[in-house]
Amino acid sequence: MASYLVHRLIGTIPVLLLISLLVFLLIHAAPGDPTLLLLGEETNAAEVAQAKARWGLDQPLYIQYFKFLKSAAVGDFGKSFKYSEPVTRVIQSRLPATIELAIFSIIIATVLAIPLGVWAGSRPNSWLDNLGTTFGLFGISMPSFWLAIMLILLMAGVLNILPSSGRSTYGIAGLEQSGFYILDSIIQQNWKGVWDALTHIFMPALALGVNMLGILMRVTRSAVLEVMNEEYVTTARAKGLREKNVIWRHVTSNALIPVITVVGLELGTLLSGSIIVETVFAWPGSGSLLITALNARDYPLVTGLVMTYTAAFVVINLVIDGLYAVIDPRIRY
Amino acid sequence: MVFMQSLTLESATEKSPGWLARIVPRLHAKAFSGGLIVLTFILVGIFGPLLAPHDPNKQELTAMLKPPQGIGSPHLLGTDNLGRDIFSRIIHGARVSLLVAFAVVFVSGFIGIGLGAISGYLGGKADFIIQKSVEVVWAFPPLLLGITIMAFLGQGLFNLILALLAQRWIPYCRVVRSQSLSLRERDFVTAARCLGATKIQIIARHILPNLIQTSLVIGTFAMASAIISEASLSFLGVGVPPEIPTWGTMLADARIYISTAWWLPLFPGLCIFITVLGINLLGDALRDILDPRLKRTGSGI
Repeated sequence: MASYLVHRLIGTIPVLLLISLLVFLLIHAAPGDPTLLLLGEETNAAEVAQAKARWGLDQPLYIQYFKFLKSAAVGDFGKSFKYSEPVTRVIQSRLPATIELAIFSIIIATVLAIPLGVWAGSRPNSWLDNLGTTFGLFGISMPSFWLAIMLILLMAGVLNILPSSGRSTYGIAGLEQSGFYILDSIIQQNWKGVWDALTHIFMPALALGVNMLGILMRVTRSAVLEVMNEEYVTTARAKGLREKNVIWRHVTSNALIPVITVVGLELGTLLSGSIIVETVFAWPGSGSLLITALNARDYPLVTGLVMTYTAAFVVINLVIDGLYAVIDPRIRY
Repeated sequence: MVFMQSLTLESATEKSPGWLARIVPRLHAKAFSGGLIVLTFILVGIFGPLLAPHDPNKQELTAMLKPPQGIGSPHLLGTDNLGRDIFSRIIHGARVSLLVAFAVVFVSGFIGIGLGAISGYLGGKADFIIQKSVEVVWAFPPLLLGITIMAFLGQGLFNLILALLAQRWIPYCRVVRSQSLSLRERDFVTAARCLGATKIQIIARHILPNLIQTSLVIGTFAMASAIISEASLSFLGVGVPPEIPTWGTMLADARIYISTAWWLPLFPGLCIFITVLGINLLGDALRDILDPRLKRTGSGI
């Protein structure tokens, strides 16, 4: 299996190279001159030329690309036009917020979806099943950004119980160490900070996780339905196990493989969903950073972000493939 | 006709039909409710301008931010920050969604099915090149490629359709490829080959017709995702130009007024949700009826 994973890992290199070329060409062919956008209206030709020379924009495109590749190979994506800081550092400062949000979305989605799916799947065509299936379908059809807006309207606007934007209330969050606010606050035993971070993360995480919730619920349900017909389930029942034990120990554990696959597949959607949900909640993560960078035509930052997202997506798919073998010993590569 | 027969078969084997199926005999409840929503969506999309009581872009500055006033009033669903009638804008928005959804589904279906059939039936070099491009394009997280392309091409309806096409053909291509791989070995294809049919003839006459049902199911789900993506991109400001009323741009405009005018974000979003729900219901029903195999792979989702 190790050799399979190494083989796959090497196989991703040409894919990433092609992606980098595609992204580079897309971004550099885009209309809108970054120098004009960043320097403002009142600039003379000399200043523009100077800025172009500083950022290397005066050179032919292929030379820019090879320079980019050369430095990207050692993890250097250049300096951001807008923030005048290395792209890697800008992304690093924003990434924990996005990862924290993604983890919470997955937690919310799985904690709700798996029990619902198991309940629905173990009692096909009951009212609980119909309710769960409808719920799942609602989750799939929900535009996450609209749910985000509606949550703000209800929770922050009408009920006024949750904050509508940002990651923390100014002054409550403690020292920043890892960039993961909840983890940092727990380490510093700043319980007020933990609670504050949790109230801020709840709405964005729910909005981001709603599609995954719907999909997971449906997949769990159909996986459970399928496993229920297996002989070992009959055996478990025949040896006198209680139905509760049959379902939660024998059925659920075997139904989890497709569920994990789908979590992996949906991580990509989650990543791109974070772009739009972060924008709604003014969540200071890499998704809202991408929109800012695109609007400012910050070439190095956009390229760095798109490459980060894509590389993350490729790696996630690889990890999921590896996970199959761990969960299901029958699978051998 | 085949479709109707399977419909009746399905409801005959169903253990306990839902209340809708009891009221409307022989009709799958999912197919019925989904079909009804989709039909309404299509009709509103086509005849929108005739139904809308106001010009969607007419600004009535004396009637700004009017809350919904109910049936019989000049503004059924209220007005926005520029005094434009929300009901009329929603109706016109359906048109854009319909246009984008159908264009994306048909063109991506055409490309995806074509490439998939070629890839699966011919194999060899063509297969290698097509599968490599699938791998590269599919490596982008969904929506991210759309956003990047739109930033490059600029706002516009045509550009938006192009950006949405970029990844949508892949599900067709993958499923069609694997199906053609197995169809290739079937006796009727061998028979056609023995009779001297060319490769193109075999693909067009014998492979493609067998792929229609599966593609129809994929197409329905692709349509749902196209509508959501269109709205998402327009919401982010990289979709259609702001002067065209769409559900996505309406939501984008509504963001500043969340706390003061609840009807601005509520109705356009509700339309997206119900339309997508209807399409998903129809897709579910079609999948159950036409191709139960897809259920297991989850390719529809």
